[in-house]
Amino acid sequence: MIRKYWWKILSIVLLVYTCTYGFYVKVPRLDDRMKESIRNFFFHVPMWFTMMILLLVSMIYSIRYLRNPTAKNDAYAVAFASTGVIYGLLGLVTGAIWANYQWGSPWSGDPKQNGAAIAMLIYLAYFVLRGSLTEEDKKGRIGAVYNIFAFFMLFPTLWILPRLTESLHPGGEGAEGNPGINGKDMDVQMRTVFYPAVIGWTLLGVWISTLQIRLAILVDKTYNHD
Amino acid sequence: MTKFRFYSLTLLGLFFCQLATAQDVVVDAGLMRSNGKIFVVMAVVLTILFGLFAYLISIDKKITRLEKDQSNQ
Repeated sequence: MIRKYWWKILSIVLLVYTCTYGFYVKVPRLDDRMKESIRNFFFHVPMWFTMMILLLVSMIYSIRYLRNPTAKNDAYAVAFASTGVIYGLLGLVTGAIWANYQWGSPWSGDPKQNGAAIAMLIYLAYFVLRGSLTEEDKKGRIGAVYNIFAFFMLFPTLWILPRLTESLHPGGEGAEGNPGINGKDMDVQMRTVFYPAVIGWTLLGVWISTLQIRLAILVDKTYNHD
Repeated sequence: MTKFRFYSLTLLGLFFCQLATAQDVVVDAGLMRSNGKIFVVMAVVLTILFGLFAYLISIDKKITRLEKDQSNQ
């Protein structure tokens, strides 16, 4: 699978489609502030979708590593976690740019913003933890356990806590709060760009991760078996 | 590899020539100037996207070559 190339072409096609039709498609006018910036739905939101998917895959490989501690399983977990964190950081930055023009300041202490930032710090600690251990197998084991906990910390920070209070994110007003994933602002036409965008960005994330995995396997073979 | 680099640079060069001439030609609203010049933004985004794709593909090729070298040893 990781050396096949049809899904890489699919990723390129879907992203080119997103970045062309995403500018062209008719968008609803929600309010006088949003205007065309609603098109950020095609770029900012898929960052978070992709991050969740990549971190889920990373967590699954950490569980597999604990059951079967091979260098391959460890390489998968690390690569997917680091690509996921890159997507998360891009999500934070693009969110801040958008927020500056929609909510009046790049960081308004919105519960979803704070939660996402905490989640990213938890994941950065994963790399600090791994980097501080020198023994390969200790690094893999403790890293895998931490990674599983880090993934489950995403639920309170991204899904539960922002829902308990008012949020600026769509759907975050009052009790029906479901900030972030609420799709009622997107009409049918926007969905025809949004979902291909999510798939395209996810495949790109998988592509970048597989390059890291292949490199890690090469390095492992070169230095540990010769 | 050098062939790939040559062709991609040539394409890039042609593209920039196109951009340079586009600036001094004053045409009435063409596609690029319609809809508040949104297509200019699209062109910039696509250029970045294609640049990143080319980079990713070249890294992919290098790793594939290393893998082949290693399995031949």
